[in-house]
Amino acid sequence: MSGFQNARSIVEAVSTGATSAVDVLSEHLARIDEREAEVHAFNLVLREEALQAAQQIDDRIAAGEVVGPLAGVPIALKDNLCTRGIPTTCSSKILDGWRPPYDATVVSRLANSGAVFVGKTNLDEFAMGSSTENSAFGPTRNPLDTSRVPGGSSGGSAAAVAAGFAAMSLGSDTGGSIRQPAALCGLVGVKPTYGAVSRLGLIAFASSLDQIGPFTHDVADAALLLESIAGHDPGDSTSIPQPFPSLSESLTRGVDGMRIGRIVDLPAGADAEVVASVDRAFDVLASAGAEIVDVSIPAFTYGLTAYYLIAPAEASSNLARYDGVRFGSRVEAPDTNSMYMATRGEGFGPEVKRRIMLGTYALSAGYYDAYYGKALKVRRLMAEDFAKVYQSVDALITPASPSVAFPFGSKTSDPLAMYLCDTYTIPSNLIGHPAMSVPFGSGEQDLPIGVQVLAPEMGEPTMFAVAAELERAAGGSHV
Amino acid sequence: MLNRPQGTTSGSLKSVSEQLDRRAVERVAKLARLELTGEELDEATTRLAGMLAHFADIDALNLDDVEPMTQPYELVNVMRDDAPLDTLDHDEVLAAAPDASDGRFGVPPILGLEL
Repeated sequence: MSGFQNARSIVEAVSTGATSAVDVLSEHLARIDEREAEVHAFNLVLREEALQAAQQIDDRIAAGEVVGPLAGVPIALKDNLCTRGIPTTCSSKILDGWRPPYDATVVSRLANSGAVFVGKTNLDEFAMGSSTENSAFGPTRNPLDTSRVPGGSSGGSAAAVAAGFAAMSLGSDTGGSIRQPAALCGLVGVKPTYGAVSRLGLIAFASSLDQIGPFTHDVADAALLLESIAGHDPGDSTSIPQPFPSLSESLTRGVDGMRIGRIVDLPAGADAEVVASVDRAFDVLASAGAEIVDVSIPAFTYGLTAYYLIAPAEASSNLARYDGVRFGSRVEAPDTNSMYMATRGEGFGPEVKRRIMLGTYALSAGYYDAYYGKALKVRRLMAEDFAKVYQSVDALITPASPSVAFPFGSKTSDPLAMYLCDTYTIPSNLIGHPAMSVPFGSGEQDLPIGVQVLAPEMGEPTMFAVAAELERAAGGSHV
Repeated sequence: MLNRPQGTTSGSLKSVSEQLDRRAVERVAKLARLELTGEELDEATTRLAGMLAHFADIDALNLDDVEPMTQPYELVNVMRDDAPLDTLDHDEVLAAAPDASDGRFGVPPILGLEL
């Protein structure tokens, strides 16, 4: 971000007339022109629409209007967020060309806050993946090292911010799809409390796990963006009917007197350099006045299995709507059933088919109890284990990703190897708790490492205080 | 501190995964309304069996007295006032369909369907 270090400075400059929203946007569009062919962060760049929106903001400011807390900030949207009249694909052939008849709640809220949408970002098809290699429209490259993946599934949203194509972006996180790419691209990424942000207009993957959240350069920007999208929405029955807590005081609170948990039975598998960064994070927090407490979460180890039965089960049901009737593509056939089968066989990619198969199997008669039923019981154990731990600590620290950004193709031949990327991020989704990744240290080839901060339900103020402390110690954002 | 006893009385994942064959996978594909090629069916058989074998780690847990948890928080029914609201535009919705005529979605024949 050449001219601006963060989105707050853009809002300040645009609102006071020190610069114009059009100039800010032009700077970002110039970087898109320069590097997008190489990075492929976007499925669609909204050049004309963005220029019009920026001009309107400038006109309103010139007329003395107060535009909003995100005045003139160029923001990228993951392409599974519905935008009225603008193609929304989920990076799937089956939705290619579809234009939603309505906006997601987060999209309307950001527009009302003065944001300028620069484009729709690439993802693993239907958000299923950890590298953005599963997109039907080709992979996104990590702007920090284009021989490596940006993580996934919100890889395009992470790459867009890391490359300076947008000042902030939104992704969605079902098992780590914001936190892992944030870690791999040196950004702050937040998975809010389940129900804190409306899911209306987020194309469903696994409805009991999905949450929308921000990618930003720093913790204060993440607080600004999250506050702009959070809060009750009558259009989402799982939306929490309470005001979302303010995060501004958290940014300067510090961690003095907090109790922060170290999970002693955390599953192994993180690279030594990642473990070393997490250890240093504990040292930093202890020096800042936190008490580090050893805790045990036996169910953590079983999270991966529970997730990879529950998420595909929900997905197999949610994706039943892609049948070639109401939207998306259709393969013609003599009768409806053949049409459904041919349309879905042609329209979905390999990983989506794999998960629909896994989920259908886990839900089928005779196997329901052995698979889905058991996974739901493990989920209960997970919730009980975390509830016990939060009686004695305020927050927990773990790695966000087991490794730094990995080279293309290194995990595509073995789906299980890819699934292991989600080991540390999955439990928060299963139990609906908030979690965020914050850049802290670097590993091989100077690639960024993300440390994950976890907190209980609606514990975002505590979580942001810990993240802000880690950011201060790390000396600001990585990029 | 929270050691859980070994073993379980209900069917284990391991025994089920060992029974998975191509015929079972074909049946699942039909249930999921997915037309898969022979190659895709072979791949699915190998992959699914491998994944399910990996997931057998939860066979180690005794889950008999544990309540299943379907949602992060208990769901409550949500009502709204009985008042007219804006709804989606009829023509805009139909315009997104692969086939629509006379204000309706168009589909191939549905009678004589063999499942």
